[in-house]
Amino acid sequence: MALTGLAIYKLLPKTNCKECGFPTCLAFAMKLAQKGAELDKCPYVSDEARTALDAASAPPIKLVAIGAGERAFEIGNEVVLFRHEKTFYHQPGLVVRVKSDDPQLAETAARVAGYEVERVGMKLRLDGLAVEHAGGDAAAYAAAVAAARAAAPGLPLVLMSGDAAAIAAALSGGAAAEKPLVHAAAGSAWQAMAEVAAKYGCPLAVRAEAGDLAGLAELSAKVRGAGVEDIVLDPGTTGLAGDLAAFTQLRRLALKKGARALGFPIFALATAPTWQAELARATQAVVKYAGVVVVDHLEPAAVYALLTLRQNIYTDPQKPIQMEPKLYEIGSAGPASPLLITTNFSLTYFSVAGEVESAGVPAWLLVADSDGQSVLTAWAAGKFDAEKIARTVKDSGIESRISHKKLVIPGHVAGLSGEVEEELPGWQIMVGPRDAVDIPNYLKNVWSA
Amino acid sequence: MTAVEIPVEKWPGAVREVTLGGSYGGGTRTSTVTVGGEKTLPFLGFEGALPHRPALAVEVVDMEPADWSPELVAVWGADLRDPARWAARAVAEGAELIALKLRSCHPDFGDRGATDARATVDRVLAAVGVPLIVYGPGAADKDNEVLVAVAEATKGEQLALGLCEEKNYRTIVAAALGNGHVVIAQTPIDVNLAKQLNILISDMRLPLERVLMDPNTGALGYGLEYTYSVMERLRLAALMGDAMTQQPMICTAGEEAWRQKEGRAAADVPAAWGALAERGVAWEVTTALTMLEGGADIVVLRHPGSVGVLREALDDLTKGA
Repeated sequence: MALTGLAIYKLLPKTNCKECGFPTCLAFAMKLAQKGAELDKCPYVSDEARTALDAASAPPIKLVAIGAGERAFEIGNEVVLFRHEKTFYHQPGLVVRVKSDDPQLAETAARVAGYEVERVGMKLRLDGLAVEHAGGDAAAYAAAVAAARAAAPGLPLVLMSGDAAAIAAALSGGAAAEKPLVHAAAGSAWQAMAEVAAKYGCPLAVRAEAGDLAGLAELSAKVRGAGVEDIVLDPGTTGLAGDLAAFTQLRRLALKKGARALGFPIFALATAPTWQAELARATQAVVKYAGVVVVDHLEPAAVYALLTLRQNIYTDPQKPIQMEPKLYEIGSAGPASPLLITTNFSLTYFSVAGEVESAGVPAWLLVADSDGQSVLTAWAAGKFDAEKIARTVKDSGIESRISHKKLVIPGHVAGLSGEVEEELPGWQIMVGPRDAVDIPNYLKNVWSA
Repeated sequence: MTAVEIPVEKWPGAVREVTLGGSYGGGTRTSTVTVGGEKTLPFLGFEGALPHRPALAVEVVDMEPADWSPELVAVWGADLRDPARWAARAVAEGAELIALKLRSCHPDFGDRGATDARATVDRVLAAVGVPLIVYGPGAADKDNEVLVAVAEATKGEQLALGLCEEKNYRTIVAAALGNGHVVIAQTPIDVNLAKQLNILISDMRLPLERVLMDPNTGALGYGLEYTYSVMERLRLAALMGDAMTQQPMICTAGEEAWRQKEGRAAADVPAAWGALAERGVAWEVTTALTMLEGGADIVVLRHPGSVGVLREALDDLTKGA
């Protein structure tokens, strides 16, 4: 739990030497409490005080890395229950589970590693593969993990087995270097699993009976005592209602009660017999607090929906993604190419640019500065009016690059066409479609130079 | 044994209960739907009372929709040409409410008048026993004309009338007030605008037990996070005791999801998007469930497959409540 300024002050030398740059120790303490200063600025701070302050400034939910190298992902370090209170920082890893005796294991691993979809200029990918120990001994499991690694090099792994010997075999077979998440320390076998995870320096999931958060806290503390620093909590699952209750309680306990043993990211086993039921469970896990979400079905439509949801929910509410307002050339646009204008909300830009591109008609896309708002929102806020449109056209220098004087405005602001014509004498203002998806038809069948 | 005390919030406020479907004054509904009444955040039954589960509505249009996704056209088939048959099938597929859109009254789509609108509503009322939500065509003058006519002709049915917005709320509220209906107050993704419209409606003496609010849904990938956070803020305010945010929420998740490219494009899209049949349902389910997690009390859907998936999810989320 974060300390107050006064609590920090009690740990400082109270000499008011000013060497930290602040007039008094109290002023320095207040700044520390607001995270506006570093403790190192005080040359006289005692080791004892440093330890106490470090412990207090540790994040309420530990940041845990899974995997190594380029595709490693970090989870945890969250500070709020609701994204509007600040933001959600570390999006959950989406992991597909495969059984170790599945003849398609290598093929699935490669598909998981290769899945990629682009959205608002970002490449969205799956984060890892969970290899579940199914049949066979420790050596068979280690061989399956090795096959997965060979098929999907660098893809983070979750090693799922109740048998510590099987996990040890997989790790000693080379997987340890990739820092997979070990799942799970549970029941009487917890100690053997904790020893393996500690030996190889891998993050470890702890699992208790569904709903038993006290048991989970106890196990987490024991595993930590056995030398495992990076822990992930699996509260067991009884379905949507049970998951929501458990995940909410875990997040609240970590953030509001400072429960150190429960201050770790959450493991959500969202699997279900159908991809639809699984999608529902994974949707809830993404919006409500999961750090790792495991699914069984590699249904592309569901994966695309989940990756998009994750991108939405983990967008900082205070900073909508914006595009630089300027003239964009789509394809090799020339003097006779159409000119369209829109706003600089990234989603608006990418929707419009994507459709212009798929129309196969090279075009000029002029992006007005609307403070990152969509067409309708910007229009309602007076940030995308006739004057703004006219000024954007004039400032862009487009007039010297095209041979016509026709401007296509979004259908949502059709009502502005008269005003824009007044602001841009000599120009013909054309009303485009309301939705980006209708742009190809418009450019091919309606627009003419 | 490590002691873990489960944190439980004590919320001073509650969401109002709103009932759709006439059970008095001449109503013909065989079932009614009551939503709202929550005394805690969505589905947290360990913390407070959640007396009613959210309801699933299916959208029915009074004319064959020319611009709907090919997947929706395929799944509903000929039923799209007859709102009564369409509504009956929707109920058979699990709809607890029918959301009838009087699109043919729009000046651009047929410009039909009040008489036709009343006849369509009568036919749908006769075809199903569940309560109705009736949406105007979405053109200001015609909305007022047909919704007022429908409201008067269906006294006692306790319909939900939409949309009731800042520009037309006087007309719609007056029609609801005189005929025992509920209104759907829609504002554009903003907590304060939502509150303000509820205040205006309340000033006209329509009991707030007859007001649903629509925070204006953004689809998955198209602004969903804005709606989600506005809904969370509205629900938190309601539970904290802010009387003008305590209306149950309704979200048109289906319309928004199926309007997007992900819900419509069958070809010329990346393979990673999956096939349209799965993608459209995935988009609708994800949008709707996110809204439900944010506090939606009614979600309006378009695909029967989504109704099934969400009904199962709600069975789970509300068990033991």
